[in-house]
Amino acid sequence: MSENETRGQIRTMILESFLQGGAPDALKDDVSLERAHIVDSVRTLELIMFIEETFGFSVDNDDAVPENFDTVNAIVAYIERKRGG
Amino acid sequence: MRVSQVTLLQEYMGRSAAAAPEKTSLVFRKQRFTWAEVHAQAGRIANALRSLGVQRGDRVALYLDNSPELAIGIFGALAADGIFVVVNAQTKADKLAYVLNDCRARVLVTDRILEPHYAEAIAQAKHLEHALIADLGDGPAKIGATTCHDFARTVASAAPTWPEPKQIPSDLAAIIYTSGSTGDPKGVMLTHHNMVSAAESITTYLENRADDIVLCVLPLSFDYGLYQWLMTNLLGSTLVLEQSFNYPAAILKTIEAEKVTGLPVVPTIASILRQWEEKGARLENIRYVTNTAAALSLTHIETLKRLCPNARLYSMYGLTECKRVCYLPPSLLDQKPLSVGVPMPNMEVFVVGPDGKELPPDEVGELVVRGPHVMRGYWEKPEITAEWLKPSPNIPNEMWLWTGDQFKRDADGHLYFVGRKDDIIKTRGEKVSPKEVENAVYALPGVQDAAVVGQRDDILGQAIRVFLVLTEGTTYTPRDVIQHCAARLEAFMVPKYVTFVSSVPKTPSGKITKKNIWDHSIGARLSGDEL
Repeated sequence: MSENETRGQIRTMILESFLQGGAPDALKDDVSLERAHIVDSVRTLELIMFIEETFGFSVDNDDAVPENFDTVNAIVAYIERKRGG
Repeated sequence: MRVSQVTLLQEYMGRSAAAAPEKTSLVFRKQRFTWAEVHAQAGRIANALRSLGVQRGDRVALYLDNSPELAIGIFGALAADGIFVVVNAQTKADKLAYVLNDCRARVLVTDRILEPHYAEAIAQAKHLEHALIADLGDGPAKIGATTCHDFARTVASAAPTWPEPKQIPSDLAAIIYTSGSTGDPKGVMLTHHNMVSAAESITTYLENRADDIVLCVLPLSFDYGLYQWLMTNLLGSTLVLEQSFNYPAAILKTIEAEKVTGLPVVPTIASILRQWEEKGARLENIRYVTNTAAALSLTHIETLKRLCPNARLYSMYGLTECKRVCYLPPSLLDQKPLSVGVPMPNMEVFVVGPDGKELPPDEVGELVVRGPHVMRGYWEKPEITAEWLKPSPNIPNEMWLWTGDQFKRDADGHLYFVGRKDDIIKTRGEKVSPKEVENAVYALPGVQDAAVVGQRDDILGQAIRVFLVLTEGTTYTPRDVIQHCAARLEAFMVPKYVTFVSSVPKTPSGKITKKNIWDHSIGARLSGDEL
């Protein structure tokens, strides 16, 4: 899967599950999902579970930090790093 | 009993800044502020608010996530002689508009990231003159009749010297909105005297000290979160503020790095901490852990004891209407883990029957509270106020708070929470009115009947379930209903379970009754989440 496909999957999941199927421009890739109230603690867990199922690796507790999950860009970079490493 | 001879709440900040100007007052992510810095910034905010026309007693609404703007803004509003109203940043447009109109806020302090919600609310707010918006950038200069200003720019150009206060301790300091059984939020009116008294009682029994470093992951819109900041102001100690508990691993690192000594939790946080405790995490610097909002289970208590081996653990009970009622002295935790203990200093409580007479030990009655912390009533809701505040039977003109909570006392006088008189749901530490959720569900076309109830949940305390009867020809999935609610309600109010039924139980007069709803729904369930 290319980086663009990864980005597409993450965006689709967030738009459909957390933004009621909102228009693509409702989600900017550099916006803080926490500050914009797109995720809360329960949704953060849902997002992590989705990533684990879709991309086939498990997310360590220590990796579950805003640096890896707070924006679409951060999530894509994290997934790419995990797959590369 | 701690008595700091402060009369107005904001004087705490002035005293702490004078006593230790260079000491750290507030830590938020990578930002650190000394007491001198927060004091000067509060002065600038106060002068900026005054220049926008804020006068004694005007309401200043703050609709922001936990942030320095919010924490310092509260003191800025007070220093401007205003009344602060903190609105949870999860609030959606309609409810925000309701609050702005209900308290007739003159100024709103908010953040551009919340524009999807505040823009619509401001357009409906009839009394709002100005909005101070963090990161306004290229945002509009006007929304309806309200003028928008960039927060940082406006505040930076104001003087840091605090204006001379005109308030006295009997003036209102805050209005805190809370869910009511009718569905409309009610504004709890609290005076400076109420809040100073509560802060001094709580810091007395928690044995707080000037070298405390307190972690706050709870929203400052929730009185439990708010008081963490008020109390570190009282002591001149340090608050480590977080926006949320979304990333527990990051929070645990912060606790270690900042050498946090005080950890306020709600049961949901204790549940999440369990998996870290089981992996061997230990927080050696924590001196005390507090819990309120709902009782800790025995498992949670054991988790917290192992996670924080050097901490005193306090089980507490309270309600916004009087801040806090009672706490279990930590020495009694092993002996009476399910008790919420004794009234806090300067407060007296009674467990009474329907006739208002005090009941003997072990009999269940309503908890009635008296003391300097009891609210002045609900903002412009005299009828509901009269249901909650009733005259003392023996002291003229003293009002006692009827809490609506069922309690009992044991033979030693220790208190136990038994349940609510009304059907308010407690989830993730927040109070939810079933009526408010039902109102949102009824906005969905084709909903004939909706009944919202709470059910036991290990992580949330209570989870919200909605039973729905749809009109003929209407079909929805649980996900449709949840998404509809998520667009209208704060996240903690959104149902976790949606069950479609052929009917809900009703009284002979046709009113939905929830008494037998579980038994009834076993036969009536059509689809959706199982029971």
